[in-house]
Order: sequence, then structure tokens, then C-alpha cells
Amino acid sequence: MSDAAAAAYAMAPRERSRARSLVGDGGAAWLLTLPAIIAYLLMILLPLAGVLALAFTDYEFGGTSFRWIGSENFADMLKDRTFMASIRNTVIYCFFVVPLSIGIALLLAILIEAGARGRAFFRAVFFLPVVSLTVAMATAWQYLLHPSIGPVNAVLRGLGLGTPNWLGSSDWVLMSLGMIGVWENVGFNLVLFLAGLTAIPRELYGAAEVDGAKSAWSRFALVTWPLLGPTLLFVIIITMTRSIRVFDSVQTLTQGGPNNASEVLLRTIYQEGFHYFKFGYSAAITLVFLAIVLAVMLVQTRLIDRRIHYG
Amino acid sequence: MRSDSPSLVKDLPRLAVLCIAAFIVLVPYVWMLAVSVKPQDEVFRASLTLLPERWALIENYGKVLRTIPVLTFVINGLIVCFGILFFQLLFAIPAAYALAKLNFRGREILFGFVMLGLLIPYQTTALPLYMGFHQAGLLNSYTALIAPFTCSVFAIFLFRQFFKALPDDLIAAARIDGMGEFSIVWRVILPNAWPAATAFAIFSVVAHWNDLFWPLIVIQKGSLYTPAMGILAFRSVESGDDYGALMAAATLVAAPLVIAFLFAQRRFIEGVTMTGLKG
Repeated sequence: MSDAAAAAYAMAPRERSRARSLVGDGGAAWLLTLPAIIAYLLMILLPLAGVLALAFTDYEFGGTSFRWIGSENFADMLKDRTFMASIRNTVIYCFFVVPLSIGIALLLAILIEAGARGRAFFRAVFFLPVVSLTVAMATAWQYLLHPSIGPVNAVLRGLGLGTPNWLGSSDWVLMSLGMIGVWENVGFNLVLFLAGLTAIPRELYGAAEVDGAKSAWSRFALVTWPLLGPTLLFVIIITMTRSIRVFDSVQTLTQGGPNNASEVLLRTIYQEGFHYFKFGYSAAITLVFLAIVLAVMLVQTRLIDRRIHYG
Repeated sequence: MRSDSPSLVKDLPRLAVLCIAAFIVLVPYVWMLAVSVKPQDEVFRASLTLLPERWALIENYGKVLRTIPVLTFVINGLIVCFGILFFQLLFAIPAAYALAKLNFRGREILFGFVMLGLLIPYQTTALPLYMGFHQAGLLNSYTALIAPFTCSVFAIFLFRQFFKALPDDLIAAARIDGMGEFSIVWRVILPNAWPAATAFAIFSVVAHWNDLFWPLIVIQKGSLYTPAMGILAFRSVESGDDYGALMAAATLVAAPLVIAFLFAQRRFIEGVTMTGLKG
């Protein structure tokens, strides 16, 4: 028996068994993943390709033919006042809801974390809007904000202040929807912040105090704020993507009105697609929506990467 | 957690701020319940008293139940949510196990597709899916409500992370006992995956119970309305003027999930924010 053959023989059982396990694993693995792969293809990948293709056509649902029109849909958007209003409103809504819901959530999370009393109670109360049916709660807000019979204006009237038509005037409607959005999002962000806060080692606060950080504020600036950084960044992105997708409250309360003053991206997609059946145009707006969501996430990963490098 | 709990007096400012905030959060719920038992003339008096002079509980809730089949909507909501959850778990758990514990060619590519899927909001695919369901004659069906969500890449991602942490010995031992990969998934892996499975279940049910966008697109038939669509339907029938009945309708459809939440707060909070914590 040659050495080489001996070596091969010695290796063979292991090799063979590894080979078999790879093949065996392979067969079983593909069988195990097959249902998910089929569902993924049918429900995500093919429709995604479909949207990409539709966006460059003038296809109208129910029509028998369509033309490839290149980037015409995108050029049309720039001239479409509803779409431009929709983009502007979505951006304003985001810049209203994101900072407010995050700032309030952070403040409340720090207050909850600062003591033992009522912790579970407050956490549950603030979280309640997250699990409540948005359409139902929007209806409750509609009553609260009703210009003549609503309690909010009744209070304002009692105080001798002006009584805006919260959801009916184009000056106020976006802010009213924004306030409802803040109310909805605070609890979600709060719970994320609480998780971030509990992860900060207690000793650091003691150490900061020894180092001369006597006031609560300086301890916050020295310890809480820097260590909460990653959580904060993540909460910003989550709230951002949630706000970009605002639809339920707008559809329930204002349907984009008055006069497009509360038209938002998802509603424009819905309206152009399923009301006017302009599928090509709606698909093009969908791509803009997708591009914005992806851009936000890309910024997130970039920032997180940078943080890891110096962190 | 803290041992140095301050005295109640020193704690008061903190509690006061929290109570004011809690009060603001609860205002819509309180008024929703209050108005749902008020007769119409008292609603229109626009007073700030919460309790009605004359209780209109039966009047308002009775009107809702006569006008729209609330129970049907709630049952539809349950069928859709649990149908989605069933398929999500059925498809995601075996796939996640394969991605976490098996060596096979193409695994990295498959995982790449999972990561790609995580970036795509489901609203993106609505138009082609609608065309597909129309072509298949499946608009206005439970299938149309359930099928688009059967492949949850988030579930695959989550379970994969969870399964990776399970010891390999567990699986090796099961193989020695002569178990095939399928029985390993359902009899060894799943019993060890309950924390992840419950958290995901709550996340999924909350998301789909509250969804309005997709049901609004594929359902026109009243008998298939989901709870969220039910209120919209009631509003359009009612022209939105009878606030007592409208609030009663809102209360009825919001109640199931809110009550479930009050019974299992910790699990709910874990489940819903899991997306966040895993990031």
C-alpha cells in the first residue's frame, strides 16, 4: 500500500461522510426553504419586478394595451400639483412627528427610569396607542377636534382662545394629523428608549458623580446622552420610516383634504392606482416612495458604521 | 431595580409630570367611552361633562350592531390575522432553521434575499399583487387578504438569529436518535423557540389587525370587511353625524386588541418593539 493511498484511505471516510452530509443537508435544506422561496417569489420578488416595469409604462388597469414611455411618468410628477403637495406634506409631517415623538418619548423614558414607582403602569399607558386600532382612535380624535362640539375647542373657548377648525382648515390640518401621529408614536419610542436606558451600567452614574457631575443634567450630558446614541439613531430611523408610511389616519379623517392640504405619499399611490386606476403612474410614485425609504435606511447604516469605527 | 428609592415627597414632581402626560394619552379613550353612552342631543350640547344625564348605552351600541355586522368584522379580523400568522410560521421556521443550522450551497444567496426583503415596505408591491389577484379571480377573498403576507422575511431573519443561538448538540442528538430534518424542526427546534414565536405572533397580529391599506384595496364585499374597514363603512352609512354611535363602533372594534394588551402587557411590549430591539 503506497503512502498516498494510505493517506487517501485514511481521509476517505471523513471526506465521504462530510460530502454526504453536505449533499444530505443540501437536499433537506432546499426542501425546508422551498415554501418560503415560492411565497417570496410570488409575493415579493415578482411583484417588485412588476412595479419596476409598470413605472415605465402608461398602463391603466382594465385597459387592453400599454406603451413603454420611459421616464415620462417621472416627468409628469414634477408638473403634478397633487403629487408635489403630497411630497411636501409627507416631509412636513415627518419633520413634525419625528422630533416631537422622539423628544417627548426620551423625556418620559428618563422620568420613568428615574424612580421605581408606577413604572409598569406608565409604560402600559403610554404604549396603549400603539396597539389601538388607528382607524378607531382617529375617529375618537375627530370628535375631540370637532370645531363646534369637540372638547378641545370647548376648553379653548373656556380659556377665551381661538377655536381653529383643526381638521377642516388647510392651515391646521397637517399639524392636527401630526399631533395624532405624535400621540401614536411616543409609546413605541418610549419602550425602545427604556430598553436603551436599562442597558446603561449604573456604576457609570456613580463614577460621573465622583468626577464632579453633580447635577442631574450634567450626568445626563456625560453618561446618558452618549451611551444612548445608538438607540437614539435607531429610534430616529424607525420613527422616520413609520411616518413616511402614514396613511390610516389621513384616509380616515381628511382623505387628503381640504384642497390637498393633507395629501400624503401612500394616499397618492392609493388614489392614483386604485381610484383612477392609473397603474403606470401610481407605480412610478411607488418607486419614489421606495427610494425615499431606502435612502433613509442607507443613511442609517452609514451612520451606524461610522459609529462603530470610533466606538 | 434601584435600591435607593426616594421618598414619596421627593418623587412627587416626577410623578406629576408623568401623570399629566398619561392623562393626555388617555383623553381620547376616556372621551370615546363617554360619548359612546351619550344620547345625541347631549353630544351636541358640547359640554365638558363626561357622564351622560341620560344613558344611551343600549341606544348607541344597539344602533351599531343593527347597522353593521361588528361580530363578522371581528371574526374576519381573527381569520385574517391567524391565517397570516399560521403561514408565516409554517414557512419561516423551517427556512430559518435551514439558514441557521444547515450547510448548503446557496445559503448565503438566500440570506441575501432575506436582507433585501427586509428593505421593502409591503405597500410597494400592491399594484402587481392586485393585478395578480384580479387575474386569478381572487379579489374579495380571504386568500387575497392573507396570501401577500405569508412569506415574512422578518420572521425568517428573527428565527434565524434565535436558532443560531441554540446548541448544535441538541440537533446532533436528535439526528443520532434517527430523526429526519423535518421532525427536528417541529419537535426539537420549535419547542425551544417559544419566546421568539410568541413575540413574533404578537408583532404580526398587531400589525395586521391594524392594517387598512391592503384590505381597502382588495375587499369591496361587506361580508369580508376587516375591523378597520368596518368603522369606515359605518361612518359612510351614518354620514358621520351620530357621534354616540360612531364612538360605540370605534370602541367595539378597538376593544379586542386593547383588552388582550391589558392582560399581557409585558409580552405585547416585547413583541411589538422586537423589530426595534433586534435592529
